[in-house]
Amino acid sequence: MSTDPASTAIGEPAVSVVGLHRHFGAVHALRGIDLEVRPGEIYGLVGPDGAGKTTAIRTMAGLLDPDQGQVRVFGMAPDDVAVREFVGLMPQRYSLYGDLSVGENLDFFRQLFCLSKAHAAERIARLLELTRLSPFVDRRADDLSGGMYKKLALACALLHEPRLLLLDEPTNGVDPVSRRELWELLGEFVGQGMAVLVSTPYMDEAERCHRVGLLHDGIMVAEGQPGRLVRELDHPVFVVEGGDRAAVQALVEGAPEVRAASPAGARLRVVVIPGRTEALVVRLSPLGAHLVPARADYEDVFLARIGADHDGTVAA
Amino acid sequence: MSLPSHEHVVEVKDLTRRFGDFTAVDRVSFHVEHGEIFGYLGANGAGKSTTIRMLCGLLAPTEGDAVVAGARISRRPEKVKRNIGYMSQKFSLYPELRVRDNLEFFGGAYGLWGRELDMRIDEVLGLVDLRGHEGDRTQELPGGIRQRVALASAILHRPGIVFLDEPTAGVDPVARRRFWSLIRALASSGTTIFVTTHYMDEAEYCGRVGLMVAGRLPALDTPDGLKATFAPGRLWMIRGSGLAGTDAVARLRALPGCLDVQTQGAGLRLRVAMDSPVDEAAIAAALPGPVEVEDTVASLEDVFLAVVDADAQKAGTARAFDGGAA
Repeated sequence: MSTDPASTAIGEPAVSVVGLHRHFGAVHALRGIDLEVRPGEIYGLVGPDGAGKTTAIRTMAGLLDPDQGQVRVFGMAPDDVAVREFVGLMPQRYSLYGDLSVGENLDFFRQLFCLSKAHAAERIARLLELTRLSPFVDRRADDLSGGMYKKLALACALLHEPRLLLLDEPTNGVDPVSRRELWELLGEFVGQGMAVLVSTPYMDEAERCHRVGLLHDGIMVAEGQPGRLVRELDHPVFVVEGGDRAAVQALVEGAPEVRAASPAGARLRVVVIPGRTEALVVRLSPLGAHLVPARADYEDVFLARIGADHDGTVAA
Repeated sequence: MSLPSHEHVVEVKDLTRRFGDFTAVDRVSFHVEHGEIFGYLGANGAGKSTTIRMLCGLLAPTEGDAVVAGARISRRPEKVKRNIGYMSQKFSLYPELRVRDNLEFFGGAYGLWGRELDMRIDEVLGLVDLRGHEGDRTQELPGGIRQRVALASAILHRPGIVFLDEPTAGVDPVARRRFWSLIRALASSGTTIFVTTHYMDEAEYCGRVGLMVAGRLPALDTPDGLKATFAPGRLWMIRGSGLAGTDAVARLRALPGCLDVQTQGAGLRLRVAMDSPVDEAAIAAALPGPVEVEDTVASLEDVFLAVVDADAQKAGTARAFDGGAA
């Protein structure tokens, strides 16, 4: 059963995933995830390497079959040929031909999507302008900086005017200026009604999405509007002030009240298990250290949700 | 090998390096204190790697000089090399060798041998928490573990300062946190750390941070100090249907004390001066439809962009380095 994507009502999901499982041999990469991305929405799939982000994206792009569960893109199976022209995919790496120039790569993708030269010319010029790649149209893709390479990959994924854009870690390894530019571009495209699913290992990028799913070990540990995830965090967060730094660190690492600790400049930041703040204060006071409330961030949310079991250690 | 604590481990004065007509590093001066974690940031092509190569005695300065771990880089680069540890963004380990073989090789290169080398290998493996991995073949290790082996190989000879050149590139965030935990431990035992990175969240872990733009060092301070200087004021992230199809950016720019408005994905990032009367209600009132206004904090990324923009304005070009080669 298939519907015409062009008639999809506003608000109907561009992509929907229900109970998705995927194994690779003994590795259970996705353990039952659900998500939906609607037109005009940026959905952030946030999590560390190995969380299952790429597997999820490849499944939504129709490149990988689910072991269990269902994926629908504009109501169709993701590997349906008819759905391909509505989906743009920017893989994590090696999506371009390194020996071809910026212009040649764009022309290659133009032909791949059977766009006429005349039809695509304006679009290509616009994408080159938006990505500020116009001056480099003759440069080989392999000679581009990391940020420029990513922008070219984005331009190629956008060439056929997809209505769903799947981006796998577009900002990984790019410098801060290119990172801001990429998010600025996403803002512009989504404003025109495109649905965007973007994966990222950077927790701080969560605030730039309409909704986020925090993925860890193939499980969605939290999902929702980014501001709400932070506001509704039940774990108090503090910066530890005073005391000898090494002694404080040793104590905090062993303290049962602490879910996670991380460096904050020269100090330590701690996520405390609900209801255990008093006990930690008592524990710290002989060292001359005290707790100062801090504003929770997305990394705190993530650490609180995954608990202390993963990684075992407290990074500090 | 370590210096008396009142001396600076690194003292850089007017350091300059030209390649033909191109000035890669332009009269850079700074110092690094004993036991400090010093972060060195910059975009690709800003001159970070050229600076590090000079400080490690691998490249002679065109002008200016630096004293690193007690030796002058212009006169005694060989001594500099012996006194420092270095770990590059591309791990310098031999992939076919086992962990122990790699450490023996690097220890040997620094003149360690016999019982001393054995003891030291055991010590550094303990420090990076990899005892029991001696027999693992290096290429079969995950990136995060390999990175710890590379760190171990860089500190075998007990250098007073270790240069880490983008040590965590390509390593996942959990492994990165773990790596930084080791770096902290190393610093608190007295080893000075000089680290380049372009992960801005990682730069937050440094005691002080220098920011290179187009060969110069226009910003150097603690992370908090940099934010106060280059990204002062209050910040909000604004999302919601009230932004769609409107002149939201212009409306926000018209708010009293507005310093900056940026489109960032799902929303707009607004920064206003500290003394501006603008609050969340004023922001919501300035926009025609419903919005969610969430306060947020300045990051070193904000600092980075502010410094780069200020530099570009001075030079009369827009983000000049953006056209830089890989």
